[in-house]
Amino acid sequence: MTALYSLLAVLVLALVAYLGAEAGLHTLFGVVIPYAAFLLFVGGFIWRVVRWGKSPVPFRIPTTCGQEKSLPWIKQNKFDNPSTTGGVIVRMLLEAFLFRSLFRNTKARLQDGNLVYRWTRWLWLFGLMFHVSFLVIFVRHFRLLTQPVPGFVQFLDALDGMFQIGAPQLYITDVLILTGLTFLLLRRFFIPQVRYISLANDYFPLFLLLGVAVTGVLMRYFSRVDVVGIKELAVGLASLHPTVPQGLQSLFFVHLFLVSVLVAYFPFSKLMHMGGVFLSPTRNLANNSRMKRHINPWNYPVKVHSYEAYEDEFRELMKQAGIPVEKE
Amino acid sequence: MAKTPTPKEILRIDHRPPKTGWMDTPVRFKPGTWCYPGSKDALEYLGYPNIRDWMPTDEDWKLPENWKEIILEGMADRLDKYRSFKVFMDICVRCGACADKCHFFLGSGDPKNMPVLRAELLRSIYRREFTKAGKLLGRLAGARELTTDVIKEWFYYFYQCTECRRCSVFCPYGIDTAEITMMARELLHLLGININWIMTPVANCTRTGNHMGLQPHTFKENIEYLCDDIEEYTGIRITPSFNRKGAEVLFVTPSADVFAEPGIYTCMGYLLLFEHIGLDYTWSTYNSEGGNFGLFTSHEQMKKLNAKIYLEAKRLGVKWILGGECGHMWRVIHQYMDTLNGPADFLEVPVSPVTGTTFENAASTKMVHISEFTADLIKHGKLRLDPSRNAGIVATFHDSCNPSRAMGLLEEPRYILKNVVPEFHEMPENTIREQTFCCGSGTGLNTDEFMEMRMRGGLPRANAVRYVHDKYGVNRLACVCAIDRATLSTLMDYWVPEVTVSGVSELVGNALVMEGEKKRETNLRGEPLAGTEGESDV
Ligand code: SF4
Ligand code: SF4
Repeated sequence: MTALYSLLAVLVLALVAYLGAEAGLHTLFGVVIPYAAFLLFVGGFIWRVVRWGKSPVPFRIPTTCGQEKSLPWIKQNKFDNPSTTGGVIVRMLLEAFLFRSLFRNTKARLQDGNLVYRWTRWLWLFGLMFHVSFLVIFVRHFRLLTQPVPGFVQFLDALDGMFQIGAPQLYITDVLILTGLTFLLLRRFFIPQVRYISLANDYFPLFLLLGVAVTGVLMRYFSRVDVVGIKELAVGLASLHPTVPQGLQSLFFVHLFLVSVLVAYFPFSKLMHMGGVFLSPTRNLANNSRMKRHINPWNYPVKVHSYEAYEDEFRELMKQAGIPVEKE
Repeated sequence: MAKTPTPKEILRIDHRPPKTGWMDTPVRFKPGTWCYPGSKDALEYLGYPNIRDWMPTDEDWKLPENWKEIILEGMADRLDKYRSFKVFMDICVRCGACADKCHFFLGSGDPKNMPVLRAELLRSIYRREFTKAGKLLGRLAGARELTTDVIKEWFYYFYQCTECRRCSVFCPYGIDTAEITMMARELLHLLGININWIMTPVANCTRTGNHMGLQPHTFKENIEYLCDDIEEYTGIRITPSFNRKGAEVLFVTPSADVFAEPGIYTCMGYLLLFEHIGLDYTWSTYNSEGGNFGLFTSHEQMKKLNAKIYLEAKRLGVKWILGGECGHMWRVIHQYMDTLNGPADFLEVPVSPVTGTTFENAASTKMVHISEFTADLIKHGKLRLDPSRNAGIVATFHDSCNPSRAMGLLEEPRYILKNVVPEFHEMPENTIREQTFCCGSGTGLNTDEFMEMRMRGGLPRANAVRYVHDKYGVNRLACVCAIDRATLSTLMDYWVPEVTVSGVSELVGNALVMEGEKKRETNLRGEPLAGTEGESDV
């Protein structure tokens, strides 16, 4: 049900953009909404991170996933249980770019009264596939926003199209992102536990991303869009002198609108895991709390049951038992 | 008390979620799956609010009138104080990677025991009360109303989490459900909702220094009884000191080691070890509990109990502190103590008086783990060990949750074991080290009325033991945790009765060749030795 609502929501959004574009609201969908979305994104992102940042990290609580630094002859696992900032940086990079923790994933099954665990890396694989493709596609789009196009964008573009299949050349990431997203969606439908926990806010971004990817693919491979016109609009937007060229297709506006919605929705949704992962205290802290004192900014004194109070209560018993006391 | 189902009955676990959505599936308080509320005496002594007669099975929980306000204020306060809490409320993507990592889910099949859903129980309220989307879209955004049923559900499921942190290892963002459970328990305390097996120990630890409420003379006597046993088995008389000023080292260990089987054998191991190396140390009756039941209660309570360690070290004028085998005690010492009650600038950086090793990793907190200390002694050849006295023992090692996932103490105990027992085998790799499975009874859930859930939660651990028992004939489950020593014993009796449980130091004690000892005929349990042939130095 929630999945259906989410799909419907995305379809309605697409329809709105289509009708709007057909009605000639090109400035609205091509300039006003993208700018608004961008502002929401930047503002929202900063607000979110600042809001997190405002809460302190009172305790050093890394989840340690390997041998700690202890005696010199015991080999420390420097990245899964870092004791230095350098180690933490590596741990975070492994987490952010290679999904280190997901790589550990296992699947448990009860089999004739025994629990068996199998490594399962599908989520890791397709998750990574989606994220990396998304990143590459994102960077590739700078081709449209810049004039001249920077070298690394051209390079990435060439790399992505290296198989040289068809005309226009097929980008590998286009295939990968659709595969990745489809997998992520299907597992929400078919794995019972995952279906049970899924909310509309899980389906909606997936459908939205699929919408973005599909319209992008349609534009590139199936409907001949006016790339020159799009570039004119994009460069204009990027240089803050927007102009809306004539003759842009409605499909393009649907794509742009879905992107705008995604961007605007981002900071207010679970998609903020992108920023949050860097702030997670179980990952971004060194496990050195016995070596270096960690300060809790709101530490406050508490009333401790003192030794004096203890001795006052038990003095006679202590004396009889031959335990030394402070006051005879 | 409820009758615990048989292993066969328990193994009929169905991991498929029910037809009704989780927000529409109310909690059912089945016997054997929840703990009794705190005793009035303990709560009064500690000054907790809303003390009353109640039972979780009651319809009316007699909450304070403004309970909703209390919860929301409590949440706001904690969101401001803990970045962990705030970030973990916001960034879960419900990928489900954590779902089948929790022993309680594996053993019960109850979907609300999936860490992600356990957290959603609280997150749904957070969304409703603290986010715009939740306020506007309600259910569609995964938000729900805060009702008394939600409170009941919290009590049920946040006392079916042992704060073991296994889920956090697998979560791509490190979301630690233990952290969320800690917050939820704090919130419940504000309404006077708590469990007795935590609150009574907290009260006892406060007053008498240990969780069973042993008074100073009894504590001392208990240790002296152990010395009597040691004398009987080894011919060596040990006379430890108590509350002695000027000792070099203060030794702190869970009090269960002093009075309960099989912990007492571990304690005999410590006593023999310290005698063997001539350590200048003292026990403390004021601080006669290493385990910190405050960790299961609230950060404040944890601080109050933990403070005694440094206070006592200061009063006695020791140089540094040595800590016995315990899981959650070590989480508190390793990750919290210095922050809560430091700086320990009146102590010195720990140096082993026997090997001269400086424990750099404890340079600030000044507290060393017994396994670190012992491993260093063995490495330097300072112990005379005869592993053949552990002949017949085929050991495996259970990593306790906290030393493995909140510290990383993995190799030291293994190194010790391999030096003191003749045969050692690891359990399967997905069940040890950072992926270790909880005993199923941690965080104060080791009570009898909770037995069904304990046996369910302990199933993954027991199952791995069963595996090495069948494959290699493993008959001894060694660990470095006092709660484990107690709870794993019960768990083994239930699932793998061929296996017994012991602390690592017990096996060290068995193997130690003491100067002037008589020919040993029994181990520290008084059982005849399997092979009493010759001695060999290691
Ligand atoms: S693994 Fe982490 S992100 Fe995934 S569902 Fe569990 S808590 Fe959420
Ligand atoms: S901390 Fe342990 S008991 Fe709690 S939800 Fe996570 S895996 Fe389960």
